[in-house]
Amino acid sequence: MTKQQANWSPYDNNGGTCVAIAGADYCVIAADTRMSTGYSILSRDYSKIFQLADKSLMASSGFQADVRALQKVLAARHLVSYLSFIYQHQHNKQMSCPAMAQLLSNTLYYKRFFPYYAFNVLGGLDSEGKGCVFTYDAVGSYERVGYSSQGSGATLITPFLDNQLKSPSPLLLPAKDAVTPLSESEAIDLVKTCFASASERDIYTGDKLEIVILNASGIRREYLELRKD
Amino acid sequence: MLSKLADSTPAMPGLMLASAAGSDSQRTLYPYVTGTSVVGIKYKDGILLAADMGGSYGSTLRYKTVERMKPVGKHSIIGASGELSDFQEIMRYLDELILNDNMWDDGNSLGPKEVLNYLTRVMYNRRNKFNPLWNSLVLGGIKNGKKYLGTVSMIGVHYEDNHVATGFGNHLARPILRDEWHDDMTFEEGVKLLEKCMRVLLYRDRSAVNKLQFHSETLINVNDKLLLLSTAFEWLSKMPKFYTHKQIAKITEEGVTISQPYSLKTFWGFSAFQNPTVGAEGSW
Repeated sequence: MTKQQANWSPYDNNGGTCVAIAGADYCVIAADTRMSTGYSILSRDYSKIFQLADKSLMASSGFQADVRALQKVLAARHLVSYLSFIYQHQHNKQMSCPAMAQLLSNTLYYKRFFPYYAFNVLGGLDSEGKGCVFTYDAVGSYERVGYSSQGSGATLITPFLDNQLKSPSPLLLPAKDAVTPLSESEAIDLVKTCFASASERDIYTGDKLEIVILNASGIRREYLELRKD
Repeated sequence: MLSKLADSTPAMPGLMLASAAGSDSQRTLYPYVTGTSVVGIKYKDGILLAADMGGSYGSTLRYKTVERMKPVGKHSIIGASGELSDFQEIMRYLDELILNDNMWDDGNSLGPKEVLNYLTRVMYNRRNKFNPLWNSLVLGGIKNGKKYLGTVSMIGVHYEDNHVATGFGNHLARPILRDEWHDDMTFEEGVKLLEKCMRVLLYRDRSAVNKLQFHSETLINVNDKLLLLSTAFEWLSKMPKFYTHKQIAKITEEGVTISQPYSLKTFWGFSAFQNPTVGAEGSW
C-alpha cells in the first residue's frame, strides 16, 4: 500500500503588489488592498503595509497568514527580550531602518526550510534622514536599493520604474546610490501610475491603493481607487 | 527516535511524510463529516449569521440537525464549515479560553476581535505542524457598540469585512452581498438578504440542505417588558402562526439568539427545467 500523500497545501497565494521608492529626504511605500485566493476576491480592503518602527514600514505580498505571522514576530523582536537581547530597552532608541532590514533578513532565513511565503519591501528613513528601500526574497536575501516592487504585479511595474525613475539602475557595477532625484509629489504620482497600469493587466492587483509617505515631518497616508475587476 | 524528530521539527514536507509509522496516522489527511457554507453580515444592531444544519459524510447526507453555529462568551458567535469533529474540538478550546477569561473576574471579557485573533493563531499553528483543523470559521460579534465580523481558513488566512462567507458561499453568496448589502440594514432586511443567499446555495451547492439556522442576539420590547430574544422566541413559538422550521442567529449588544430550525421555500417549476432538452434533442 503506497504511503498517503497530503492533499492540502500549507501555502496559498493571496496576491497583491507592493512598491517602495526612496528619495533624498522621503520614502514612499505603496501596496494595493486586494486579497484574493484562486479566482475569488476575499477582501477589497486589506492593508499590506505594517509599521515596524518609527522610521521603518514593511509592505508584504504573498501568503497572508505567513505575512501576518512575520509582522507579529518582527514587532515582538523589536520590543521584547530574545535571549536577553531587548533592542528598544537596551539601546534606548528605536531600531533604524538598516538595522530592521538585517532583522527581517535573519527572521526570514530562520525559516529557510519551511519558508514564510512573503515577498517583502522594507521602506523608511536611515539615520541621516535619507530615504532607504530594501528588497527581499522569501528566504531573506536582501539588498538596499533606490526603488523596488514585489508581488504579482512586480513584473509589470519594475521595468516601468527602471525607465521612469531617472536614477542609476540597481544593476550597475560598481553599485551607485540609486535614490531618485524626483520630488516627493512626483514620486507619489509615479506610484499611482504604476498601480493604475498594473491593475489593467494583473488580476490580483486592484480595488484600492494605499500609499504611505514617510519624511522628516512624520507619516501620512493617501488612498486611490483602482479598478475593481 | 526518527518519529520524535519528525514531530518536533516539521521541516521539509517530504521529510514529514517519510517519518516512522505511528506519527503519520495522527495527522489529518482529509475531512470525513463536513458542513457546508456559513454566511454572515453586519446589520444595524449587530451581526447576522446563517448556516444550514447538514452534516455530510462524503456524498451521503448523514446528519440533518447539526448546529454549526454556537455562541462564544458574552459577545460573539462562531460558525464553522468543514470537518465537524474539528469544530467540536475548537469549541473545547474556546470553552477553556472563555473560562479562563471569566476566572480573572476583572469585569473585562474577550470581544469578537480577540476571539478571532486567538482562533487565527490556533489555525496557523496547526497548519505549521502539518496537522490542520479542517475548518473555515466565521466569527461575528458586538462589544461596546462596535460590530465585528471576520473569518479564518484552515491554513490561517484571515480577514474581516461587512459580509463574509465560507466555502461555496464565497462563490455564490459574496457577489449577491457585494451588490445588495448596505450599511444599517434592519433585522428584516438582513434576514431577507441572507435567505436570498441561502436559497441560491440550496439550489446550486449539492451538499446544502433545506434546513437553516440563523443566529441573533438582541433585546426586544414585548408588552413593555424587555426580554432577551431567545426567551421571546420560546414564548412566541407557543403561538400557532410562528415559524417553526428555521434557525437564524443574530448578535447585538444585548445577547445571542438562535432561532428554531426552518426551511426555505423553493421553486422548481421553471419552464427551462420542465423540458430541459427542448433546444438540444438527444441530450440529457
